[in-house]
Amino acid sequence: MVWDILSWFAILTGSAFLLIGSIGLVRLPDMFTRSHATGVTETLATYLLILGMAFQAGLSLVTVKLIVIALFMFFASPTSTHALARAALDGGMKPEVDEDRRPDDRELGAGK
Amino acid sequence: MARSISLAVALFIFWLLLSGIYTPLIITLGAVSSAFVAWIAHRMDVADHEGFPIHLGWNAVTYWPWLLWEIVKANIDVARVILKKDMALSPTLVRIPASQKTELGQVTFANSITLTPGTVAISVGDGMIDVHALTAEAADELITGRMDRRACKMEGTEPPIAAGDAA
Repeated sequence: MVWDILSWFAILTGSAFLLIGSIGLVRLPDMFTRSHATGVTETLATYLLILGMAFQAGLSLVTVKLIVIALFMFFASPTSTHALARAALDGGMKPEVDEDRRPDDRELGAGK
Repeated sequence: MARSISLAVALFIFWLLLSGIYTPLIITLGAVSSAFVAWIAHRMDVADHEGFPIHLGWNAVTYWPWLLWEIVKANIDVARVILKKDMALSPTLVRIPASQKTELGQVTFANSITLTPGTVAISVGDGMIDVHALTAEAADELITGRMDRRACKMEGTEPPIAAGDAA
């Protein structure tokens, strides 16, 4: 019963964050700011949903598999976000910023 | 060699957790395939300090909960920005130092930046990382170098002495 409540709580908050991320995806102005909104859906929202499912599954092999999925997301999501941002930059897309605090806009590591 | 053996053991444990069917024949097949994969990884030379960074050990285990908590806090910040009626955005680009000595450490740091919503590492190299931040506050938080120092500790190198505390 306690686990059910915890599970409900985790899944509902996870869903709420999923919704917030989607709203952000629509509201935010350009590709780079939108990648922050997807950051919400693929981190906390996903972890909460997986946590809620783990509470449902209890101490079993299913929970272990859920943890493995979470670990995979943990490593894969920043990599894909970075790849997207990098591809957009290479494609000539300039982020719309209020303030550019970089000393110059050369591409880092390009000289190697 | 020790790394290959520990890789085989880790793969076998992983296999046991995924399988769930524990009969002698199936377990033998699992053990053989784990050993085979470890051998291939050894031959391909990918079971090195980057592909299988077991030497990080305890440091990595304590780094993750810290990072998770940072992710939770950053998520709430970004959610607040998105839900505000006027969306007080102040997108900022900053270049911050990545003081980690190994490439693995710098990748961990860059990935940690991207994992926390509100900041995305868009370019990495020359011991520096270019970051796109959703708000100026998120950029300021990175400039303090708190995460940089924590990632150094994870990697096991001496962190810079309070770099950027003036900012």
